[in-house]
Amino acid sequence: MATIELKSSQFRRERETSWRELEHLIDRLDKEGPAHMAPEDLCRLPVLYRSALSAQSVAHAISLDRALLTYLDALAARAYLAVYAERSNVLDRVARFFSHTFPRAVSALRWHILAAFATLMLGVATGLSLTLAEPEWFYAFVSDALAQGRSPAASDEILLNAIYDRPPVLETLVRFASFLFTHNAGIGLLAFGLGIVLGIPTLLLMLINGLMLGSFIALYADRGLGVDFLAWLSVHGTTEILAIALCGGAGLSLGAAVVFPGRHGRLASLADRGRQAAVVVLGAALLFFLAALLEGFVRQLVVDTTDRFLIGWSAFAVTLSYLVIRARARPA
Amino acid sequence: MMPAAHGAGSQRSPHLRDLTTPEGVVVHIHLASRAERLTAFVVDMALLLSAIAVLGLLLALTTLGAGGSDLAIAATLLCSFLIRVFYFAYFESAWRGATPGKRLARLRVVSRTGGPLRPDAILARNLVREVEIFLPLTLILVIPSETRDGLVAVAALVWVGVLTLMPVFNRDRLRLGDIVAGTWVITLPKPVLLEDVAQARSGTPAPSAEIRFTDRQLAIYGAYELQVLEGVLRDRRPDAAQARRAVADRIKNKIGYAAPDGGITDPGVFLEAFYRAQRTRLETGLAFGKHKSDKHDQGR
Repeated sequence: MATIELKSSQFRRERETSWRELEHLIDRLDKEGPAHMAPEDLCRLPVLYRSALSAQSVAHAISLDRALLTYLDALAARAYLAVYAERSNVLDRVARFFSHTFPRAVSALRWHILAAFATLMLGVATGLSLTLAEPEWFYAFVSDALAQGRSPAASDEILLNAIYDRPPVLETLVRFASFLFTHNAGIGLLAFGLGIVLGIPTLLLMLINGLMLGSFIALYADRGLGVDFLAWLSVHGTTEILAIALCGGAGLSLGAAVVFPGRHGRLASLADRGRQAAVVVLGAALLFFLAALLEGFVRQLVVDTTDRFLIGWSAFAVTLSYLVIRARARPA
Repeated sequence: MMPAAHGAGSQRSPHLRDLTTPEGVVVHIHLASRAERLTAFVVDMALLLSAIAVLGLLLALTTLGAGGSDLAIAATLLCSFLIRVFYFAYFESAWRGATPGKRLARLRVVSRTGGPLRPDAILARNLVREVEIFLPLTLILVIPSETRDGLVAVAALVWVGVLTLMPVFNRDRLRLGDIVAGTWVITLPKPVLLEDVAQARSGTPAPSAEIRFTDRQLAIYGAYELQVLEGVLRDRRPDAAQARRAVADRIKNKIGYAAPDGGITDPGVFLEAFYRAQRTRLETGLAFGKHKSDKHDQGR
């Protein structure tokens, strides 16, 4: 009589070794990482994981041993985390990002991106027409720090110098470019993150940047230097405006997910949209980097108006056609 | 499916969440406490800021002689931006959902819907930090110098503070980034298997030969009482023997147990025998689909 074993004790005794093996395997995986482990050990992991999951279910049905139940719950959760961790190759991931993830995310958010772009253009049009009609508006839209002496009061010479002047040393150019990148990409990140507040701050950011730009165009157009200014702007502006519109669209999609959550509720739709938007923002950050290189180096070194137009718009055309073509490609 | 987890037997902790694995099995996970997350965050921020400081210092030193201080400024600007934006994202994807701070605090980032933690989720939850942390930080640094717009800055700070303090205000302790990425932060489960109380321990004689219970005596208690008794039997504190005696007396009273040997049985031996008999009976019931959750459960 004394030797009769409970069914649940027997269940436990028979499986304990494989649970211990799983525990040990997970510990090693955590300390050494999957790259340093033997393939046969890694192959054991999903097998042991599934048997632990099934043991957990069975134990809850047949056993009242609390120690066993707590242990199996923890083991199943721990093994789940080990098995379902992201571990694809970094190079693969980077390649996939450019070939699929990024263009597809952009295409999914195209209406939001267009809306952000339209807001930006609305700002440009408003800034342009207001400043053309009354130059004093310039001071309202452009801060002193940004204007750097360029204002309706400045002479033609100062204005021209600003767009044709070549800083002498390479080091200055590098500093300028890295400042531009961090500054612009920072603004892009804000446009994305603040979008969660119903998208309103994102729209405001788009509008303000548009007003600034429109005001500058008006300032130069007023003196008959409009073409020179647009050429100067085109070098980097085409790429940069695209990047800003991408970030703005990402922010607006967050706001839209809050306002129009759809069938699955706010949290689910935010999580869904957020991941897509983040991909767009990372791609936009790379575009900001490209724009900073164009602005920091190319714009300062190339002074011919035609060349400036050519460089800027071909960069834009290449980026856009890449996005369109890759978004339509079938997944590999 | 899992009667023991939902019965009155086990009190469900408020930090516990169910997560359905892709296999369709429910595992229980423990949400990280706010204090643990703050600890992890402080450690990470300390590492991040010191990395930026060290880098800036090194660059300044190496370019000091060359006269190219512009280059040093450029590199520092760029590197500090990259570190700031990608520190968390890099570690969370390279270290399987944990930054150094989270690893120290034994925390993990997990997908709320149960699948693997995807790179786009890691990206989303960390790009939002710009708004959650670095924007308010900049505002705090700007306020003292910008006296003319002080009120505006304070208002902005309050507003952003609401975004930053999001984890304090919701049940699942989701940060803004967690909401946007569909993730949450949990404590790493630590599986510890204690020995089976029902197995006769070495050194003590197998008890159930002498101590027997009738069916009526075993029909009184349920799973909850059984697991409380399991706790009593596992108790290794110095005053545990006293507790065991008290519990044994209560049980004897309740079930009307008349000791064949005049009540001199060691309470530990009695309790182990009772635990075994009771568990056998309840588990047999489970096999037939009868779950008695506690002594009040009469089984409809």
